[in-house]
Amino acid sequence: MSELSPKNPAPADDAESEPRPGRVRKPIGWSTIIIAALVAVSAALVWRRDGTDGVLDILTHDISLFGGILPRVLAGCLLGAFISEILPHERVSRSLGPQSGLKGLLIGTAFGAILPGGPFTAYPVASALLAVGADFGATIAMVVSWTLIGYGRAVAWEIPIMGTDFTLWRIVISLPLPVLAGALGRFVYIRLYPKRGSDEDAA
Amino acid sequence: MSAALLIDILLWGSVFGVGLIAFRRGPPVFKASLREGSMDFINIVPRIALGVIGSGYIAAIIPQEVITGWLGPDSGWLGVATAVVAGAATPGGPVIGFSIGTVALKSGGGVPQVVAYVVAWALFAFQRVILWEIPFMPARFVWFRCAVSVPFPFVAAAIAMVIGKP
Repeated sequence: MSELSPKNPAPADDAESEPRPGRVRKPIGWSTIIIAALVAVSAALVWRRDGTDGVLDILTHDISLFGGILPRVLAGCLLGAFISEILPHERVSRSLGPQSGLKGLLIGTAFGAILPGGPFTAYPVASALLAVGADFGATIAMVVSWTLIGYGRAVAWEIPIMGTDFTLWRIVISLPLPVLAGALGRFVYIRLYPKRGSDEDAA
Repeated sequence: MSAALLIDILLWGSVFGVGLIAFRRGPPVFKASLREGSMDFINIVPRIALGVIGSGYIAAIIPQEVITGWLGPDSGWLGVATAVVAGAATPGGPVIGFSIGTVALKSGGGVPQVVAYVVAWALFAFQRVILWEIPFMPARFVWFRCAVSVPFPFVAAAIAMVIGKP
């Protein structure tokens, strides 16, 4: 709470109860509605093909999967919350913000590559970075780097299944992609939302 | 020791580490972020539930054989484009994605096409986007990230064509 920006001189007591910027989410958005509709249609198709047993089989399997995932989701949420609390906001927006240039994209890439854990850490942490001042470009570099050159999935799955040669070669090919994706993201974002971009400049 | 256990140890170790840093900034900081993280968790659980349970049904109506069929040995850019669609449409987790890639390689699929498939799967596999990315990230970011990522499986395939086989 010592890292409040000068633009937002709220007393610490109030700031604690206020939601962090960028993390306010509507409980049900369009994405959720579309996914729910897709799921309903798919479940109906499974029911027509395999009957009630088929539907229940998938349900019990996925509920046990869900139970196994939950503790990791909690860990990911806590990781995101702690990181967004302890990272100095001003420094994050300087080193990962819209003005951070190539260096910001490289920092995002490095961060994504070394982040431990799976999607249950990558996305909460990426969301936390967005909240504390990283721009879309640096966050895209981080997410793309985590998915393409992060060691977690490569070591756990890709090397055992696809072999070391293919995996290392595929990672070498992927090395430039996070920075390129982040740069393209920044380039498009500034043209799509020029006003928002200049707001961020001011802040 | 299983990979899952190792992941859990690394994960909770990191949570403990950053938690300790937050605690040393003062108990109010620690308590605030603990509450924030727990609230995020509670808000996200219904969406994760929809994702986990829902993607099982979506995966059940997209059989693996369909995906493997798309990854035939036809080479060239049309093959790359097909591989990209196949990567995005592949249901299930990493075991299925990488196994399909391996099968395609062994059954004569072109290397650039398989690279495009694996990279597209990593970038846009619908199950991961639905199950993880949309619940945790602002939806606007997710769609933007996906749109911006579209060229990159093609870039990866082009690099693979230039530098050759592993």
